[in-house]
Amino acid sequence: MTESPPPVVEMRGISLAFPGVKALQDVDFRLFPGEVHALMGENGAGKSTLIKTLTGVHRPDAGQVSLAGEDVAFSSPGEAQHAGISTVYQEVNLCANLTVAENILLGREPRRLGGIDFPAMRRRAAEVLARIGVHIDPASSLSEHPIAVQQLVAIARAIAIDCSVLVLDEPTSSLDAGEVAELFRIMRVLRDEGVAILFVSHFLDQVYEISDRMTVLRNGTLVGEHLTADVDRRTLIAQMIGRDLGTLEAIEDAAEKRKPSGPALVRAEGLGKRGAIEPFDLDIRAGEVVGLAGLLGSGRTELARLLFGADRADSGRLLVDGAPLKLRGPRSAIAAGIAFSSEDRKGEGLVADLSIRDNLVLAMQAARGWTRPLPRRTKDQLVEKYLKALDIRPANPDALVRTLSGGNQQKVLLARWLVTEPRLLILDEPTRGIDVGAKAQIQQLVTTLAAEGTAILFISAELEEVVRIADRIVVLRDRRKIAELDGSVTGVDEVVELIAGGAAPEKVVS
Amino acid sequence: MTTLTQRVPSRFLPVLATVVLFVLAFGFGSARYDGFASGQVIANLFIDNAFLIVLAAGMTFVILSGGIDLSVGSVVALSTMVTASGLQAGWPVPLVVLAVLLTGSTLGLLMGLVIHHFDIQPFIVTLAGMFLARGLCFLISVESVSIKDKTFRNVATAAIELPGGVTITYNVVIALLVVAAAMYVLHRTRFGRTVYAVGGSESSALLMGLPTTRVKVGVYVISGLCSSLAGLLFSLYMLSGYGLHAVGMELDAIAAVVIGGTLLAGGVGYVLGGLVGVLVLGTIQTLISFQGTLSSWWTKIVIGVLLLVFIAVQRTMVRR
Repeated sequence: MTESPPPVVEMRGISLAFPGVKALQDVDFRLFPGEVHALMGENGAGKSTLIKTLTGVHRPDAGQVSLAGEDVAFSSPGEAQHAGISTVYQEVNLCANLTVAENILLGREPRRLGGIDFPAMRRRAAEVLARIGVHIDPASSLSEHPIAVQQLVAIARAIAIDCSVLVLDEPTSSLDAGEVAELFRIMRVLRDEGVAILFVSHFLDQVYEISDRMTVLRNGTLVGEHLTADVDRRTLIAQMIGRDLGTLEAIEDAAEKRKPSGPALVRAEGLGKRGAIEPFDLDIRAGEVVGLAGLLGSGRTELARLLFGADRADSGRLLVDGAPLKLRGPRSAIAAGIAFSSEDRKGEGLVADLSIRDNLVLAMQAARGWTRPLPRRTKDQLVEKYLKALDIRPANPDALVRTLSGGNQQKVLLARWLVTEPRLLILDEPTRGIDVGAKAQIQQLVTTLAAEGTAILFISAELEEVVRIADRIVVLRDRRKIAELDGSVTGVDEVVELIAGGAAPEKVVS
Repeated sequence: MTTLTQRVPSRFLPVLATVVLFVLAFGFGSARYDGFASGQVIANLFIDNAFLIVLAAGMTFVILSGGIDLSVGSVVALSTMVTASGLQAGWPVPLVVLAVLLTGSTLGLLMGLVIHHFDIQPFIVTLAGMFLARGLCFLISVESVSIKDKTFRNVATAAIELPGGVTITYNVVIALLVVAAAMYVLHRTRFGRTVYAVGGSESSALLMGLPTTRVKVGVYVISGLCSSLAGLLFSLYMLSGYGLHAVGMELDAIAAVVIGGTLLAGGVGYVLGGLVGVLVLGTIQTLISFQGTLSSWWTKIVIGVLLLVFIAVQRTMVRR
């Protein structure tokens, strides 16, 4: 790694304040051509804000941005794009009602006689897609494609212009392992062509695999810039969260000490739904954490939705405390003490425009019925208890959930279910897209709850997390339960092998 | 590629449904009443609704961008008022036309700027615009002003002979030209595609680096321009200017656009849908006048039912 070429982007002394928050304080940042540079930090550390300052969405209150040695001040994302800065944002920011070709080229489409030259546009789009190895019909509507493909289309849009800087803000959060590998291949090609790539990801493995250099932010300030090869994970995490990893180790110890036994609280016998998940058997005991491992689309969420009654099973039965329970919908599941915290916290979990307080009492109020409103004092006590227990920040019950960071939103969602004191808590991807610190807190909470006797079904794409936290691990592949492992003696490698289909597992015949 | 064969109809399905509805309604009339199935009845659909066709074209832009324009009916009334009183004062026709079109587009521009810069719901801003334009009519005159200008009357009454003995007016020609222009702009130009993008997701369009401000303000200018042009056509049709002309016409325009398959939420729809929507409304009106005994208010009831059905259909399609 030579440092001979001058940085293509240099940001000096960037400060930016939003009402009530200092988002960035005196941050310096450099980006070199032909390098993948990872921007690291917890949620709310200022990564997205720094990126948006670079791409012209925000204008800094103080500081200077220069591109290829010249001072610039972009007033819109369009200007930044013209200057050669392409961005792929965290959420897919494309228009699902337009065609793939339009999404890639709109704003710079080939024109003829004042109108858009549609055939030329489709050809050009197909070329760009072919360059990143995606073969879909450019004339098809974007909404027909799964999120992962839409993400690749967003990347195609970013590289459709000759950009000198490519910003990828968590591009991998909706991709599976194969697609991530494909993305990395594309990134390496672009890097070798001399493009400077700014990469943000919460997955440390990916950061270490792809990045050459990293900049760490914490609470809107710069912690440091390093070559990736010079920093080990422990140091990096310590820099990001500003404390050591003792918490994480304590969680693992707790999982090892717990040895729940006794009759199953919830038992599924041959429960299944055609097209969603093959019939499976599953026992969950009180005080036990059962982890669900499998790839995206392996049937993890589908299994959880059956247990919660969100989807109707077409075979098998569900027993709670040994007695069969007919689930007519989530209401009957909630009545039986089953809670389900959705992976899609924005769409299915929280009401973004209500305050933390209102979101917290929503589920409880629903359980009581509208004729028995909760007294204000009870509400305040509950809210105060959970704000403190889960360390939700800001600790202001009247703050709108919309304004909270991802990790804190997840905590509010959790708290909302905890208020109802469930006996089985289903957590679908509770730690996705949230930072290391909040992740540790949520895992800590899961172990505490289990120790208090709550049964927990824990779903996560991060195998390390599942292995660390679960007493028992259920492995899913291709919408089928393929194995059940003892969490305390199982390693990540073993689970990976099962998911990949290498070992011959104890098959549950459908 | 099963998706390919499924996709093409699904995108055009709402428009096709409207076309089918039109054919059914017209077929019903032809079977039931003598003389319904004549070229002139079809031509009359266009003649009697030319202004509505123009309004619907402008409204399509606004609704596609995710907005709504309630001011169009009042702007039509204001335009008839400016036309009639301008001609009464002895202005030459070209000057009157220019004044009317400028008034409409300026009103549209102002509403667009307010909507964008103060980030206010288009519903509220154009509601205010609706009251403003209606009030301005009565500032000019509280009476109905009839149009006596020779040139204007000649244009209004001139009949263009089509093969088969069918005649249409210049109004129809202008309306069809507007539809053609709107189709070109909306479907073939960068501005038009950006309208769709903004309607699909405004924040995405912004982050994609598209000129959202220009589009968001632009659609109201276009709608204002179309409203004032529709006002001119309405003056030609009524040969008078009056502050109580075109009351509630904005709702007819919105109904036509929605029945034509354009999503009220924005981002999905076609100009041609609005045209067919207007023809459906016109056919219902004609059916009821051929029937002879039903009150003309039955038109409103049928339109209401149709509107509800179409919104329900759109809803299920979006959810699918």
